[in-house]
Formats: sequence, structure tokens, C-alpha cells
Amino acid sequence: MRKGPSKLGDCPNFRSTKMGLSPSALLRSIAGLRKFGTFAGFLAIVVALSLLCPKFLTAANLANVVRQSSIHGIMAVGMTLVILTAGIDLSVGSVLALAGVIGAGLEHRDWPLAAVLAATLAVGGLAGLVNGLVVTKGRVTPFVVTLGTMSIARGLAHLLTGAQPISGFRPAFHFLGAGEILAVPVPILLFLASVAAAAVLLERTRLGRYLYAIGGNLQAARLSGIPVDRCTTAAYVLCGTAAAAGAIILTARLNAAESIAGTGYELDVIASVVIGGTSLSGGRGGVWGTLLGALLIGTINNGMNLLGISAYFQLVVKGAIIVVAAFLDRLQAGGRG
Amino acid sequence: MSRRSSVAKIVLLAVAVGLLLPGCSRGPAGHEGIVIGLSVPSLSHPFFVCIRKHVEDEARQLGVRVIATDAEDVSAKQMAIVEDFIAQGVDGVVLAPIGAEALTPAVEALNQAGIPVATVDRKVAGGDVLVHVGADNVEGGRIAARYIIEKLHGRGAVIELEGTPGASPAIDRKQGFEEVLAASGVKLLVSQTAEFYRAKGQSVMENLLQAHGDFQALYAANDEMMLGALEAMAAHGLPPGRVVTVGYDVIPDAARSIREGRLTASIEQFPGQQARQALRLLVAKIRDGKLPPSKEVYLTPVAIDRNNLDRAETKE
Repeated sequence: MRKGPSKLGDCPNFRSTKMGLSPSALLRSIAGLRKFGTFAGFLAIVVALSLLCPKFLTAANLANVVRQSSIHGIMAVGMTLVILTAGIDLSVGSVLALAGVIGAGLEHRDWPLAAVLAATLAVGGLAGLVNGLVVTKGRVTPFVVTLGTMSIARGLAHLLTGAQPISGFRPAFHFLGAGEILAVPVPILLFLASVAAAAVLLERTRLGRYLYAIGGNLQAARLSGIPVDRCTTAAYVLCGTAAAAGAIILTARLNAAESIAGTGYELDVIASVVIGGTSLSGGRGGVWGTLLGALLIGTINNGMNLLGISAYFQLVVKGAIIVVAAFLDRLQAGGRG
Repeated sequence: MSRRSSVAKIVLLAVAVGLLLPGCSRGPAGHEGIVIGLSVPSLSHPFFVCIRKHVEDEARQLGVRVIATDAEDVSAKQMAIVEDFIAQGVDGVVLAPIGAEALTPAVEALNQAGIPVATVDRKVAGGDVLVHVGADNVEGGRIAARYIIEKLHGRGAVIELEGTPGASPAIDRKQGFEEVLAASGVKLLVSQTAEFYRAKGQSVMENLLQAHGDFQALYAANDEMMLGALEAMAAHGLPPGRVVTVGYDVIPDAARSIREGRLTASIEQFPGQQARQALRLLVAKIRDGKLPPSKEVYLTPVAIDRNNLDRAETKE
């Protein structure tokens, strides 16, 4: 059981308090894995793939899976914060493209690496700030706001580049996507670091607990004096920043930034969060589940390639897994009232 | 509240109309010369950006004006664009249709309005088109297969990266490639989609490299996927040139990779020549009533490698 809600004594209507089950210390430590359904599903897929394809369970391939999961994974970490507030951010794929081409442009202008990274992350944060402010101050549904910014960010990325790729970077930048530290690929380290940071944020800080409260019961959160607008905006800013972090990894890994990058990524990102057990209606879930969800999506993509499954069938499989995961989540939520 | 919002809506509408007006007054109605509408599936894709560049360049030489539009890969949107062309009274339309069936009504509407239309790249299923100028994607796939078979001396194994499932260039390039391959001693090891995206090409190839070590050639249905796959192979420790690699489209990044020896070859469809020729034939009809020599003109695709890189349409 996640720790967040139990600390929210000042929030009587908080839905999740009803589903509290006395948590053992072990379960606490692997908080996100409370979703045994997802975990069991993940294990089943891993076992099945190991049996079907002997190449699956090699160190090289597993590193491969995690590295590939790190881009949609890091974005999903940000998305988790937004979804916990009962929001959604459809613009992440486009924000990735916009931040990516701006970062790549600055990299080509030989800005210092730190400045390139800071500027890229700032583009994402700024996009998130716009989303957050329109959602909170403008009181527009997140779905509509981010559908709009999805188009705006994509358009800006095309405008800036004329839809032409920007490729070839300095070794230090390329390292962020293709390098290794102590034999661990850098994208994996960045992904795990973002998961850990978000876990600390959600479980140990006031902002984190507020995000659960806002998603659990907006009215109650407001009445109990939580700065709802500021906290919600912060979630969108972090989500945009995470999308920009995804852009850095993708651009560095691919050695190219393109205005069409990240098209359709919102599917993998939102799917990772939902499969990971964070409820789309907010207030329930956490980032450990998202880690699992992102790995599951990466494993499925990898497994289907290894098995040589046809293109058309891949679409069916991926869609079906998302629907089944959402349905299981619904059952679980329903069962607990 | 509701009154306030309706006032806001009216103001917004007025602003929007105001923004459009100057655009209209510069429109074709008050223009003396010939105006051509150009509709391509998407101006986000380098391929169609290239087509637009060539059409606009050719238009300058011919002394006609071009209105270029972006249909964002939505056929309904492209239909609406064509309807707008008719309303604006353009003299002719160059159309690269998103779907063969879906854009047939658009061509029929142009026929009714008496506006001649030339299609490039892809065809439409019905209606009366002045001329279609295109490249045969099936033939391009065959040429890629023949190139690989020749380089491998008729033996070995090849991995294929397909385009977006269901897209006609993806289907055709796969069909031609596999048809020629099946009749040879080169084996198709595995074929997977990377949806025409570079990032997807990289991750799919990373995965395939885990399962398939023994292959001598890689074919990708566009250069974007191939460039991603080249990154994956380099990271995997495969030295450039070890595997025969054939992409498609000869985009600038690919041309550079060919020169640097990272990419073996790419299939050139001469999209610029297609577009220029379509525009020339269209303008000849409008100006002089001259009909094109044939209803369908196909430019033969060519495999571009280090030896004939100067024939590539897009320079680095």
C-alpha cells in the first residue's frame, strides 16, 4: 500500500483511505508492486518470452529492453504526477519534439552542454506551465487544453526546422543517449533516477501528498486549504520537463532530432501509467507501478520483434493489453468501492 | 456568464475573420496570372517538403503562382482543401492524394468545376486526371532486392524493415522486394515494421540484433528507418560496410551516409522531377490547351550508391 493517503488525516473524503489494507513492511518497500495483477502479468509475459525465444533472457537483451523503455518511461514518470491529480497530458509527444529540436539547434550552435540541457528542460517546463495555468486558472478540461498544446508544440517544432532533421552532435551530448557508466547505459540511469526522484516527491514531500489529495477529492483538498492550483500546475510543469528529458535521451541516442519525433508517444506513455495501476480518475497509484508499466510496454515491443510478429498483429496485441489492463484496474477499483 | 462568453466568441470570430481577410484579398480572384493549388498529404514529412520546394521552384520558372497546403495526413482535410481550391477559382491543381479511394470525390469535384488536375506520387482510383506522374513503388522494391542479391552474389540472409502498416508505399515497397527475393537464393530472415520513423527503426533493429546475428543485408522501406537502424548497428559494434544496407528516398542525411560509407545505397524516386513534370504538363494544358503525351508517366527508380551519388536529387 502506498504511503501517501494514510498521512492525509485532514482529508476525510479522500477516497483512497477506504481501500487501506494493513501494509506489511515488505509491501511498503515495494509500494508500487501492490498491483499484483500487473506484476503477475509482467512475470507471465517474461516467462512466456523466455520459453518462446531463448535470446530474450540474455543480459544484452534485457539491457536493451530497459534502455528502450527509458524514453517513454521517463515521460510516464511525469505523466503519473498529472494523472494522480485526475488530469491528463496529451501534449507530451509533441513537447518532446519541440524540446528536442530546440536542444539540437542549440547543440549545433555549440552552446555549453549544461546550457543546452537546461534550455531543453526549460522548454518542456514552459510547455507544462502553459498547460497547468490554462487547466487551473482557465478552468479548461486538461484533455482539451493538452490536445491544443499537442498541436501547437508540434507545429512550432515543424516551423523551427522546416520539418528537416537536425543530426550529428558532439560526443558529450551523444554520451547521454549512447554512453555507459559502469557498464550501465546512461538512459537507464536517468530513467531510474527520475523514478526515484518522483517516488521521494510523492511519498516524502508535502507536494506529493497534496497531488494525491487533489486527485482523490478536489473539493475536500480545496476546503482543507491545499493550494490546489499551484500544486496541479507544478504537476504539469514536471510532466513537461520529463517530456523534455525524454527528448534529450531520444535525440542523443538517435544522434538526430526531428520535428516528427515522439508522434504517438502519448499512447505508450499513458499506457505505461495506466498499466502501472495509476487510476485515470486520480488519487490512486504511484510511480513504482509506472516503472513496471513502462518496462511491460518495452518488453512487449521487444518480444514482438524477437518473435517476428507481423505488423498488423502487433497493433492488435498492444491495444488489447492496454484495454485489459484498464479493465482490471476498473475491477479492482470497483471491488474496493 | 453565458452572455459574456458569447460576446467573447463573437470577438474571437471577428478577429479570425479579420486575420483571414488580407489573405483573401491577395487570393487568386484578383490575380492576373495562372494560380495552381498544390495539395500534399503532409508538410511535416521531408519527402513532401521536397516536392513543394521543387513545385515552387518550377512555378517560378514557368511564371505561375502556387498555393501550397498541408492536409496533416487526413484525407477529409485534403478533400476540404480541394474544395477550397475550387471556391478560390484556381486554374489547376497538383495533388498527391492521401488515399486512392478517399480522394476520388475530390477529383470528381474538380472535374465538375472544369479545373484540370495532375496527380503525383500516388494515384486516385476514379475521376478524370489530366496526367499522373509517379514512381512505381513496387518496382522500387524490386530494384532494392536486385541490388542486394547482386551485392551478396545470390546467397545470404536479409532483414527487412517495413513502413507504416496499411500505407500503400509500405505495401508496394514490401511486395516488390519480397517478390524478387523469393525467386533468388537470398533468404528473408525476418520482416518487422518501424512505421517509417527513425527512432522506431533504431529500437526495432536493436531488438532484431538480439535475435538474429547472422545476416548479410538490411533493407528499409525508407531512409528514416534505415538511419535509425544504422545507429543501432553501430552501437552493436557492427562495423559500417559489414552489412549491405539499402534504404529508400535518398534524403539528405542518407546521401551523406552513402558518401561516408555508412550506408550502401538508397532507392531514388525523383520526387522533385515527378512534381516538376506534373506542373509543366498542367501549365501546358492551361496555357495552350496542350494535352500530355500520355495519361500516366512513370519515372524509373534508381539505386543510388557511392558510384552514382551525383544522380541523387537531394544533395546533402
